[in-house]
Amino acid sequence: MIRGLMPYVLALWLFLIGLYGMVTSRNLVHIVMCLAIVQSSTYVLLLEVGYRAGATAPIFKDITSGRSVVDPVVQALVLTDIVIGVTVAALLLALAVQVHKETHSLDPEDLRPMTG
Amino acid sequence: MNGALPALATFVPLGASVALGGLGRARRWFVDAVALAAAGATTVLTVALLVQTREHRIIHWFSGWKPHRGVALGVAFSADQLASGAALLVAALSLAAFVFSWRYLETGKNHFHVLMFLFEGGMIGFALSGDFFTLFVFFELMGVAAYALTGMNIGEAGPLEGAINFAIINSVGSFVLLLGIGLLYGRTGALNFAQVARALAKQPATDVVVVAMALVFVGLLVKAAVVPFHFWLADAHAVAPTPACVLFSGIMVMLGLYGVARVYWTVFRGVIGSAQHELGLVLIGAGVVSIVAGSVMCFVQRHLKRLLAFSTIAHGGIVLVGIGLMSHGGLAGSTLYVAGHGTVKASLFVLTGVLLHRFGSLDEGHLRGRGRGLWLTGALFALGGLALAGLPPFGTELGKGLIEEAGSDHAWMPWVFGFASVMTGAAVLRVAGRVFLGLGAAEPDRSERTGRSSPGAEERETTAAFDRTPAVLVVPAVMLLAGALAIGVWPQAAERAQVAAARFEDPKSYAASVLEGRDSLHDTETMAPSSSSVVYGVAAAGAAVALATVTLRRRRPGARMQASLRPALAPVTALRSLHTGHVGDYVMWLTIGLAAFGGLVIVAVH
Repeated sequence: MIRGLMPYVLALWLFLIGLYGMVTSRNLVHIVMCLAIVQSSTYVLLLEVGYRAGATAPIFKDITSGRSVVDPVVQALVLTDIVIGVTVAALLLALAVQVHKETHSLDPEDLRPMTG
Repeated sequence: MNGALPALATFVPLGASVALGGLGRARRWFVDAVALAAAGATTVLTVALLVQTREHRIIHWFSGWKPHRGVALGVAFSADQLASGAALLVAALSLAAFVFSWRYLETGKNHFHVLMFLFEGGMIGFALSGDFFTLFVFFELMGVAAYALTGMNIGEAGPLEGAINFAIINSVGSFVLLLGIGLLYGRTGALNFAQVARALAKQPATDVVVVAMALVFVGLLVKAAVVPFHFWLADAHAVAPTPACVLFSGIMVMLGLYGVARVYWTVFRGVIGSAQHELGLVLIGAGVVSIVAGSVMCFVQRHLKRLLAFSTIAHGGIVLVGIGLMSHGGLAGSTLYVAGHGTVKASLFVLTGVLLHRFGSLDEGHLRGRGRGLWLTGALFALGGLALAGLPPFGTELGKGLIEEAGSDHAWMPWVFGFASVMTGAAVLRVAGRVFLGLGAAEPDRSERTGRSSPGAEERETTAAFDRTPAVLVVPAVMLLAGALAIGVWPQAAERAQVAAARFEDPKSYAASVLEGRDSLHDTETMAPSSSSVVYGVAAAGAAVALATVTLRRRRPGARMQASLRPALAPVTALRSLHTGHVGDYVMWLTIGLAAFGGLVIVAVH
């Protein structure tokens, strides 16, 4: 029972610690990394959802038929999720580089668009 | 052929994006011509979709992977009247944005066009998605395109920060959505809306399902900029190029709310059962908070785009209240309100773009009196303000009237809606009076100045001919306002919307048409919008004019008056101080909102 819950606890932990990092961070690159940690909670959750004990990878070319495999749908979800994560991280890091060029700072405290 | 319409409507803009990306060094007029043709074709396709879905839903299975014995492995698009209507609004606003940008952003090569089409295709795909995974992919596609559009004016500090806040908060929102989808998949082994709904109906509504629903809702509400998930919206709007703002406020935000209605009615309706009323109250509560906070924040702004962004938050609250009523009347009212508000708000953004073209500024104080010669722009701007306040016969009044009629148990509703109408309408009219008539004090209080942006420091989006207004900049504004008027005066609009909403709110019929290809029709009782809504509309517009007139008095309130007002304004000051522009604070509010919303949903369901 406890062991079965572990992946969910891990996903929750990654989600919360990532958010904590983003709330307290003073560096844009660090914030982007924290975002990646929040995202990795989704990987853990999805993989756990599709996991089956004793099953092998869902590649049907070489395995003997009848062998159980883990759910390929969640693996497709995670792959797409990773692609999206890379896109967003690349975009954010490019913006962070540009911010540093313009203002010589990566601290969000110094970079407020507009207040009030 | 009919079956392919939803796919075509999505892939024409996406194809245009790819094609224009390949035309790296083409002449600008050619790029614009291709863009207009593709945007026009998409609009025609979505109109055809709206016409074709009058009698039945259109389900499209990609590569012919149809469901077998109720198990759907393929990717589905399902189009009904509301989905088609949302797609049509996306296409029409995109077309207006492309007409407007004929002369705009001439320096941007065609990055702008590529991103706009990606954004358009993403939004249409989102509206038509028939399963959670497709929904998520298009949710992300429109997100990424929107972040890049916001940060397009690279080389300037403003856009970068707005784009960063936008991208981070919305990414967290999308991960919350994905966590919800993952939990649902774990419970049901399905992603297709109809199949998930049937699988959920066979099991008790456990806490896991309720938590998954709350996560999915919060992910979508972040996109919908519902308070307290709204902070990114104003930052992004203030810096995004005007044509992007047209789409952000006009439809992108509302698509988040459409998503909430879509997944609720197709997936969760059966599980929630008798707790529907309580769940609706949670949504209504969130809507009312958005209305109040958005209206107040709108009224105190001086930056034009930021002002309009906060008004979108308030009006999104009205739409959420309509959805939260959990009736076909409420949803029909919300649908019409989205259409009416979307066209009016888009038109106001276009006119703001004209001001930016002419004067290189978006600061209300800096622009004071500069617009004196622009009588047409000024008249349209004022008309937009009145339409925003719900002046009959604009579509906003019709939608609001229908929501009020559906929610006639809630006596407070016309007052709260009226508050949003008066405050946001008055803010726009005040700007119109100050900019186009030169009314008001010469330089408003320094304390009113927001942010560190100095007046006149906006980067222009045009490169030449600042002394006149090209027709392509004004024509879209006229067309959009005419559209808002058409929705309001079309005699069948209220009835059609209710019939469409009633079909939208029928999960059994939805599941049968998706999984078995059987579409059942049934009659719906329709009602007329409350007759008093015309009176409310006129009253709200009148009150907005009065409030704008009071704020535009040349004399400032005396010292004693100011001192006596200060305690009353303390909550406003506190509310403003929450909008720090700091992304960490926004993440904190998102976390608090997630916990509060999730807790309330769990309490409501039990």
